[in-house]
Amino acid sequence: MIASTIDSLSLKPPTNLIAFDTPDDRGVSITLKWEIPQDISKIQGYQIFREAEDESLHLAGYAPVNKTEYIDQIDVRNNVPYQYRIRSTSPERLVSLFSEPSQKVYAYPQWFRKDLINVVVITLIYLALLIYFVQAARTGKEIFLRRIPGLDALDEAVGRATEMGKPILYVPGIWPMSEVSTIASMNILKPVAKKVAQYDSKLIVPNRYPIVMNVAQQCVKEGFTEAGKPDKYNEDDVFFLSPNQFAFAAGVNGIMERERPATNLFFGAFFAESLLLAETGNAIGAIQIAGTDRVPQLPFFVAACDYCIMGEELYAASAYLSGDPRLISSIKAQDWGKMGLLISLLLGSVLSIFGITFIISWFTVR
Amino acid sequence: MFIRRTLPILIAFCIGFAMLIQYFIPHPYSERFYDIVVQQWFITIYAFMFIFAYRSFFSHHIRKVKRRKTGYIFSIIAIASALLMAVGGFATRRGDFFDSLYNYLYAPLQATMFSLLAFFIASAAFRAFRARNVQATLLLVTAVIVMIGRVPLGDYLWRGMPDLIEWIMTVPSMAAMRGIRIGVGLGAVATAMKIILGVERTYMGGT
Repeated sequence: MIASTIDSLSLKPPTNLIAFDTPDDRGVSITLKWEIPQDISKIQGYQIFREAEDESLHLAGYAPVNKTEYIDQIDVRNNVPYQYRIRSTSPERLVSLFSEPSQKVYAYPQWFRKDLINVVVITLIYLALLIYFVQAARTGKEIFLRRIPGLDALDEAVGRATEMGKPILYVPGIWPMSEVSTIASMNILKPVAKKVAQYDSKLIVPNRYPIVMNVAQQCVKEGFTEAGKPDKYNEDDVFFLSPNQFAFAAGVNGIMERERPATNLFFGAFFAESLLLAETGNAIGAIQIAGTDRVPQLPFFVAACDYCIMGEELYAASAYLSGDPRLISSIKAQDWGKMGLLISLLLGSVLSIFGITFIISWFTVR
Repeated sequence: MFIRRTLPILIAFCIGFAMLIQYFIPHPYSERFYDIVVQQWFITIYAFMFIFAYRSFFSHHIRKVKRRKTGYIFSIIAIASALLMAVGGFATRRGDFFDSLYNYLYAPLQATMFSLLAFFIASAAFRAFRARNVQATLLLVTAVIVMIGRVPLGDYLWRGMPDLIEWIMTVPSMAAMRGIRIGVGLGAVATAMKIILGVERTYMGGT
């Protein structure tokens, strides 16, 4: 008993315990910081105790020996004064005396995440650039846009299908409408539908999501109307196939095998089914143009398709196809954004060699 | 015109900006707003849209069967399968019968489709790795090194092989992927902003 008391006294509690409301959060959280004792050879960890007016002192958490911080999120209430104490524990379950109590602390929710100020600044700069270039487009200044072979080949692909008397298959990816790549796909679908209508061909659009199907129907309908052939639009050609990924892939492959489309267009978000679709299309001898922002799927499309639209080109496709100066000018803003990032990247890399890391830390998001 | 064009653009502008601002506000009110708009509204709209989806599904397949189009037998199977799963689920309240359908029919069919990927990868790789020009040859050589290095044979042939593979994957390959991803990120933000500002309207049928 005496020996264990002496052992217990040899364990020192952490010092300088401070408690404060966890910043940039929704409240109900308090952060604790402390300094570890000089001799930690007998310490296994720290027990964290909490008390409030209506809560007696009780164990609220545990931190391993090398930790100097703990975030208490268990049953913490907003606007209630809490006080904390901390003590060391040993592997033999001995405990030290309590540390000095922390000051009283309240948890409360914040209205702004200060840790995301860099994101706000970059977003505002980017927004300003975008608005500037869109406004500048109104002056009629011509903007150079490099050729995108995959999109240039659309005319040829649609024309080939018409000559062969076969349909064109358009797959708008397998993600919902909330995904930017699906929206980009819908932006491409309308000009494609217009071309198809002009060539008097047939467009098949199978869908995995009901909302995407509705938007696709609207886009195709508008495309046919703009081409002056609203009567050629058939709602049954833009249909719902299956909500399941592989059932959808099997269904699309079945359509390829039965309908034998002369042209397959894959634009949107694709995953494991990308190669299943593209290889089947390749096997039936269709001209294939694919575009996705999913980097892991790009090699599959490159291997199996005639043309591949990579990453950001998918987003630029709408501007490219429509020729609308306002949309084209927005691509200029993207280029300036890339230039800014490239300069920051180079500067950050060079400066970090000399131990100057403020650019790197400024771009860090917690 | 107002209902079909202006109102959707206004809604996109208001909700878009609200969601943008919401991202920077950690307050519970903000979380609640997100929960209502994204979770609850989305689920409600999604559930209702399935009515349209299944109307489309049945009308598409029934028409194919009526017209005896090529492969109409698959349409009969599709309709029968959809009805069987629906009736199985409702009638047995997702009981043993439904579970059996799911576990012994639906899941294996999915797995079969997924496993076909291995054969498709082999055929695509065979085509992609033909040394037609300098770039294709470079791709072929790199791919062969990576493939050998990923299996025990690589380590057996040369001790340094796994490190070489790691370097290829984490330096040149990663650099190319990050380049594309930066472009994708900027493009996605630009597209989102164009939609919020009403500059991009193609997706709602207008230009």
